[in-house]
Amino acid sequence: MALFVLSLLVLGLSALLALIVRRHDRLAMLAGSAGAIVGGLLGLGPAMVAALGYPVAPFAMGWPLPGAAIHLEFDALSGLFLLPTLLLSVLAALYGAEYLRSYQGSGRLGPAWCCFNVLVLSMALVLTARNAVLFLVAWETMALVSFGLVVLDHERPESREAGWLYMVATHLGTAFLLVMFAIMGERAGSYDFGAIQALGHQAGTVVGVPVLGHAHGAALPASLLFILALVGFGAKAGIMPLHVWLPEAHPAAPSHVSALMSGVMIKTGVYGLLRTLTLLDGAQAWWGWLLVAIGVASGIMGVLYALAQHDIKRLLAYHSVENIGIITLGLGLGVLGLAHGADRLATLGFAGALLHVINHALFKGLLFLGAGSVAHASGTRDLEHLGGLLRRMPWTGGTFLVGAAAISGLPPLNGFISEMLIYLGAFGSLAEPGPVGMSVAALATLAGLALIGGLALACFAKAFGIVFLGEPRSEHAAHAHESGWPMRLPMVVLAVFCALIGLLPLQVVPRLAPAVTVASGLHADAVAGALGGTLGTLRGVTLIAGLAMLLTALLAGLRRGLLSGRQVGTSPTWDCGYLRPTPRMQYTASGFAQPFTRFFRGFLCTRLEVLRPAGLFPAQARLATATPDPFQERLFGPLFRASAQTLSHLRGLQHGRIQTYLCYIVLALLVLILWKLR
Amino acid sequence: MLCDRPLPLLAALLLAPLLLGVINRTKAIFAGRRGQPLLQAYFDLIKLLRKSATYSHTTTWVFRAGPVIGLAAVVSALALMPLGGMPATVAFPGDLLLFAYLLALQRFLTVAAALDTGSSFEGMGASREVLFSALAEPALFLSLAALVRETGCLSLTALVEAVAVRTWLVQGPALGLVTVALFVVLLAENARIPVDDPNTHLELTMIHEVMVLDHSGPDFAFILYAAALKLWLFAALTASLVFPVRTGNAWADGAATVAAIGVAGVAVGMVESVLARLRLVRVPEMLVGATALAGVAVVLVLR
Repeated sequence: MALFVLSLLVLGLSALLALIVRRHDRLAMLAGSAGAIVGGLLGLGPAMVAALGYPVAPFAMGWPLPGAAIHLEFDALSGLFLLPTLLLSVLAALYGAEYLRSYQGSGRLGPAWCCFNVLVLSMALVLTARNAVLFLVAWETMALVSFGLVVLDHERPESREAGWLYMVATHLGTAFLLVMFAIMGERAGSYDFGAIQALGHQAGTVVGVPVLGHAHGAALPASLLFILALVGFGAKAGIMPLHVWLPEAHPAAPSHVSALMSGVMIKTGVYGLLRTLTLLDGAQAWWGWLLVAIGVASGIMGVLYALAQHDIKRLLAYHSVENIGIITLGLGLGVLGLAHGADRLATLGFAGALLHVINHALFKGLLFLGAGSVAHASGTRDLEHLGGLLRRMPWTGGTFLVGAAAISGLPPLNGFISEMLIYLGAFGSLAEPGPVGMSVAALATLAGLALIGGLALACFAKAFGIVFLGEPRSEHAAHAHESGWPMRLPMVVLAVFCALIGLLPLQVVPRLAPAVTVASGLHADAVAGALGGTLGTLRGVTLIAGLAMLLTALLAGLRRGLLSGRQVGTSPTWDCGYLRPTPRMQYTASGFAQPFTRFFRGFLCTRLEVLRPAGLFPAQARLATATPDPFQERLFGPLFRASAQTLSHLRGLQHGRIQTYLCYIVLALLVLILWKLR
Repeated sequence: MLCDRPLPLLAALLLAPLLLGVINRTKAIFAGRRGQPLLQAYFDLIKLLRKSATYSHTTTWVFRAGPVIGLAAVVSALALMPLGGMPATVAFPGDLLLFAYLLALQRFLTVAAALDTGSSFEGMGASREVLFSALAEPALFLSLAALVRETGCLSLTALVEAVAVRTWLVQGPALGLVTVALFVVLLAENARIPVDDPNTHLELTMIHEVMVLDHSGPDFAFILYAAALKLWLFAALTASLVFPVRTGNAWADGAATVAAIGVAGVAVGMVESVLARLRLVRVPEMLVGATALAGVAVVLVLR
C-alpha cells in the first residue's frame, strides 16, 4: 500500500509542479509526463498484486469533514480496474509528451498536464476509495479535470459546447449518486463502504431505508438504490440513452486524453455499478433483465451511430457506447445468474464483463491513439479526406489494424475472448433447461451480440479501409508522415497486449477469479469451478489459433514459392477498362455506410443535403450527409430548452447585488433556526 | 478434444471444389446445356496456381495477406466441422462460436483487401458484403441457439451427433425452420442466387466477385478454394441436420453425409435455376426473414 500512496503523491505533486512551472513549456511537459509515468508505474505493482487476489494492507487516515475519512483499500475488483487505468495512463502520458508539442507557446501545457495527472490521481482514488464522501470528492474531481481537458481548445466553439454538455451530464449523474450515498449513509450511520455493506448483508434482500430523516420508517427496497446507481453511474459509463455527452466530449479532448476517457474513465461508471451491487446484497432478476435490455440497446444503437459518422474520433466515441453495452450485457447475465442461483451463468457473465473492461481499455486506447496520430499527421479527422495512410504511416496503420480486428471480436485477439465468455454463459444457460426468463435473456444476448459483432466488423472495415487503404483523398493525407517514437511505442505496446490476451487466454481467464468472486459475492470455489469449466474451450481456441497461424505461415511460404521466378507485374487498379482512376473515384466512407443508414433509417435519421445535377450541362452538384444523435435532438434538447424556459423566471434572483445576497443568507439561516427549534 | 480424426477435414479439402461442379452441372441440366466438366473447379485452381500475379500500384501488404490469412481461417474453421456422425478433427464445447468468428475473420480480411485497391467497385462490393453478413449473423446464431437448446450440446460435433431421426419426430417444425434459416444463410454467405450471382459479368451488380477483381494468380486460387471450402462448411452443417443418418459406424455416417452434401449442392443449383436475383435492397429483408424463422424455431424448442 505504501507504494500506492507514494504513486498518488507523485501524481499529485507532479500536477502541482506542472502548474507552478507553467511559464516554461519544456519544464511543465517534463514534470507532467514524467510524473504521470513514474506515478502510474509505481501504482501498477500493488494493482497487479490486488487483482490476483493477494491481500494488500488498507490505508486509513482521518479527514476533518463530516462523515469523511481517507480510507483506501484494495480488493481484487479495485485491482482489476486499476490495472488498465494505470497502464493506459502511463502510455497516454508518454504519447502526450509528443502529441501536445503543438501547444508549445500557448501557455496551456502546464494546466493541461496538471489536469491530466489529477485525472489519473482521481481515477485511482475512485477505484480504491472505501468511504462515500471520499468517493464522491474523487468522482467530482475526475469530472472537473476532464472537463478542463475537453475544453483545452476553448477558442473553438464546438469544444466549449462539448465541455458544457459534458459538465451538465456528469453533474446530473452525480446528483443521483449523491442521493444514493446519502440514503445509504443515513441508514448505515456511517459513510464507510464496509458499514454499508454489513447493513446490506444483515437486512437480507431488502435494505430498509427511512425516507430522509428519522421520522418515517418506511422501508424502500434496494431496487431504488439500484436505479439511482444505474442512472448515476450509467451517465458516466455512457449507456443509452445517457450517452449523449460521449460523442461530443471525447473527440474534443486531445487524443491521449480521449484514449484515457474512452478507455478507462467511463469504466469508473461500470466499477461504481459493480461496487454498488456488492453493497446491495441480494440481486433481483428484473435488475438483470433491465441490464441485458440496456446492454443490447446500447450495443446495437452505439455501433449503428458509429457506422454513420465521418469523424474518426466521433466514430470511436460511439463505439465506446457499443462496448459499454457489451459490458452491461455481461453484467446483466451475471446479475440474472445470481438472482436465479445459476452460478455458472453469473460467473461467466461477470468474468466476460470484467475481461471486456480490460480489453476495451486496451483496444480503444490503441484506436484513439492511432486516430490521434492520424489527425496529428494529416491535420484532419474527416474520413472523407483521408486514405492511403498505411504506406505513409506503417506503424500507426499496422497497430490500428490490430485494434480494429480486436474490437470487432475477431480471433485470435482479446476481444474475442471476452465476448466468448459472455456467449458461453448465454449458450450454457440455454443448454440446460432453466427459468424461461433466463432463457429469453440468454437469447437476447446471443442475437444482440451476433448483430453487434457483424455491425462492428462493418464499422471497422470502414474505419480502417477508408483511412489507411486506397489512395489519399486529399493533400493532407498525401503529405502525412509517421509519428515519432513516443507516440508509436504506446500503440505497439497496446497492440502486443491485445494479441497476448487473445493468444494466452489460458493464462488470463482463470486469474479473473478473485475479481469475479468480489463482484458476484459467490463462493470462491463456485467461481473457480465455473471458470475452470471454460478451460477446455480456451484450450481449443488456443489450439485453433495456433493452427490458423501455422497454416498462414505455410500458405504464405507456398505463395512465395509459387511466385518466385515468375514475373510479378504491377498495374493500375482495374476500373472496367478505364485506366485513369483518380483518388476521388474511390468509394467514400458515406457511400460505404449508405446501405446501413438506409436499412436502419428508422433508428438513424441521417440527413441528406442534396443539390442534384440539373440541365444538359450540369455545372455543380453537392451531397452532404449528417447523422446527429436523435436522443440529443429529440429527447434532451427539447427537455432542456423547456426547463431553461421555465426556470428563466428564477434568474431574477441572480443580479449581482451583494446586499440582496446577504439578505438571502440571513433569511436562509433564520429559516433553518426556526426549523430546528420547531 | 481430440486431434486424431483428420478425415472430415481431408474430405472437405479434397471434395469441396467438386461441390461447385455439382451445382454447375445441376444448373446446366436445368438449362438444357451439357455444362462444364464436373472437375472444372479443380482445373481452374491448378491453372491459377501455375500463373504469375499482377498487383495494383495502390495495394499494400494487406492486399497480399488477405487471401493467405483468409484461406487459413477457413481451413481452421473446417477443422471444427463434423461430417454427420463422423466427429470433427477438433471439437470442444463452444467451438461453434470460434467457427462463426473464424469466418468473420476471413470476411474482414477479404473486405480489407478489397478496400486496399482503392477501386470504387470493390468498395461497393465490400459495403454490401458487410451489411449482408452482419444481418446473416443473428440468423446463424439463433439457429445454433435452437440446436443447442434442443440437444444440450455446445460443440458442433456433439450437436450434430445428437440430432437423430427421433429429434425430427419430436421437434420437426423447429428443425425444419432451422434448416430453412441455415439454407438462407448458406446462400447469402456464399454469394449464391438470389443474393448474388456467381456468373454475372457486370461489376456494378456483384458482391463477392467484385471484391476480388484485382486478385490474380495463386492469390486468386486461394480465394476460390476458400470460397469452395466455405460453401462446403455450410452445406455440411445443413446436410448433417437434414439427413441424420446415425448408424454408429463413423465411415458409413460420413459417406452418407457426403452424399447429403451433394444433394445440398443439387438443391442450391435448383434454387439458382428457378429463382431470379433479388434486388439488392430486398436482400436484407430476406435475411431478417431468416432471423425471424430461427427465432420462431427457438420459441418452439423453448416451449
